[in-house]
Amino acid sequence: MTAPPLIDVVDLERTFDVRRRVDGSRRRVRESVRAVHDLTFSVGAGEMIGYIGPNGAGKSTTIKMLTGILEPTGGHLRVAGLEPQRNRVELARRIGVVFGQRTTLWWDLPLQDSFDLLQKMYRIPTDRYRANLDRFVELLDLGDQLDTPVRQLSLGQRMRGDITAALLHDPEILYLDEPTIGLDVVSKGRLREFLRALNAERGTTLVLTTHDLQDIEALCDRVIVIDHGTAVFDGPLAGLHAQGGSTRTLVVDLVDEADPISVPGATVRRVEGPRQWLSFPADASAAPIVGAIAAAYDLADLSIQEPDIEDVIRQLYQSGDRA
Amino acid sequence: MAEVLHPVARYRDLAWLWIRAEVSYPTSFAMLVVGSMLINALDFVGIAIMFSSIDSLGGFGLREIALLYGATGIGIGVADTLIGSVERIGEFVRTGRLDQMLTKPVPLLVQVCADRFTLRRLGRITQATAVLVWALPVVDWTLSRVLVAAVMVLSASALFFGLFVLFSCVQFWTTDASEFANAFTYGGNTLTQYPLTVFPRELAIALTIVLPIAFVNWYPCLYLLGRSDPFGLPEWLQFCSPLAAAVVVAAALLVWRTGVRRYTSTGS
Repeated sequence: MTAPPLIDVVDLERTFDVRRRVDGSRRRVRESVRAVHDLTFSVGAGEMIGYIGPNGAGKSTTIKMLTGILEPTGGHLRVAGLEPQRNRVELARRIGVVFGQRTTLWWDLPLQDSFDLLQKMYRIPTDRYRANLDRFVELLDLGDQLDTPVRQLSLGQRMRGDITAALLHDPEILYLDEPTIGLDVVSKGRLREFLRALNAERGTTLVLTTHDLQDIEALCDRVIVIDHGTAVFDGPLAGLHAQGGSTRTLVVDLVDEADPISVPGATVRRVEGPRQWLSFPADASAAPIVGAIAAAYDLADLSIQEPDIEDVIRQLYQSGDRA
Repeated sequence: MAEVLHPVARYRDLAWLWIRAEVSYPTSFAMLVVGSMLINALDFVGIAIMFSSIDSLGGFGLREIALLYGATGIGIGVADTLIGSVERIGEFVRTGRLDQMLTKPVPLLVQVCADRFTLRRLGRITQATAVLVWALPVVDWTLSRVLVAAVMVLSASALFFGLFVLFSCVQFWTTDASEFANAFTYGGNTLTQYPLTVFPRELAIALTIVLPIAFVNWYPCLYLLGRSDPFGLPEWLQFCSPLAAAVVVAAALLVWRTGVRRYTSTGS
């Protein structure tokens, strides 16, 4: 009925042979570690996917298989109809990859020269290259940096340079690994805005791995959570909060010390002098709770803490264990 | 698919951009070229000075040694200029650069070899060519000798190309072993600067059939100089340089593929 999904992953598996030293002896044993197993998901063209999980869960291993860097040891994998590792060169023309912590640019070359090298590598027709470069340079505000050697760029400038580099050849899929790590709030905001526009205007599919929940909230319609090498959740972000039973925290500073506040929909977790911490479900509104407290107590100040992604995931596993 | 069929064109494109970047700093470029030439120029002077107290080395005169020296120097110079970056494969593995390269639509070997292409290495080729030209009068030139000389220079370059790739691949297994490759490439260059008659017969045979660098210059030069083989080995070996080069290059490409395969299947 419909075209096959752009990314099609069925029972994907990747094991590594590692040598481990046996405690107290010089002998080393070989053992097989499953980095990814029984992983199944598919991504349609134009989707924006958050691919998240704790460190060591198998995120990078998956991305490396999707991009053709690493060979799967089992299962079925097709990206844009291609077998990534076997058709690595062909696939490379259709995807863009940004590793947040490592630049794809050439350290000693001016940004412009790095882009020119990429034009040669991807054999981008000159008019299309010019048009794309002009557009991304303007949108990402890189005009003043084009003649600067990459090593002299700030982290934010370098990241924008890397994203431009990954997009010059109009890839269908853009993989972003921690794209906002280390960026300030303003830069993060601008980058997210740019990625949203890219998806809306060009239909570029985004696969984003991140530790930043706000990246996910701003960009992703759908989240895949991986833990211990396999997907433990696949659905919209709201569903993740509900399934993980994640909570937000309301920090209330009262004028005077008081007994634990009793309001419907929230539970006091901690009391310290006039300050109290109340938790409530992440998908509920804070307004009625704040209203109820304000009606009964004299408030000095209050703030709301969002659940961070690690907490949400941790709670997800705990609820999974209980089930 | 065109990328797969035209790796040389991709290489040329990439190398050209590196040259453009290099000459955009003309002063530092000029100093590096001059420096490289000076270092290399002094190299042969050492051998020439030796000949102020001896008349021959292993039965070969200074100009005959200059012929050997020039041929191997051009060979390693060309290989080093074109693909010297392959020595840095361990660095690419360690820094994750190789992962980046694997996501680009250009054969990996082309990317690795073209990375930071530099004309600075031309210093060695220039010096070796000068020494070879100085040595030319020692040969009694005939058409067949001109042919063998031309094939010798090409085969020498190809042989060193193969050796660079072959031994750099060790770094896929142990990422910090660029010195290991140097032992065979630059070490091989040093050995072949002298007539093999200064070494024991066993070494000469090993350099023929185990690590075939005797084909870089020794065998074709015996033909150019009209000498019979001092070790009594067959005369037809003097024409086998292209064959030896083909074998070494084929072995190198095979090991390269195995190395890349190992890399992409371990992810280390």
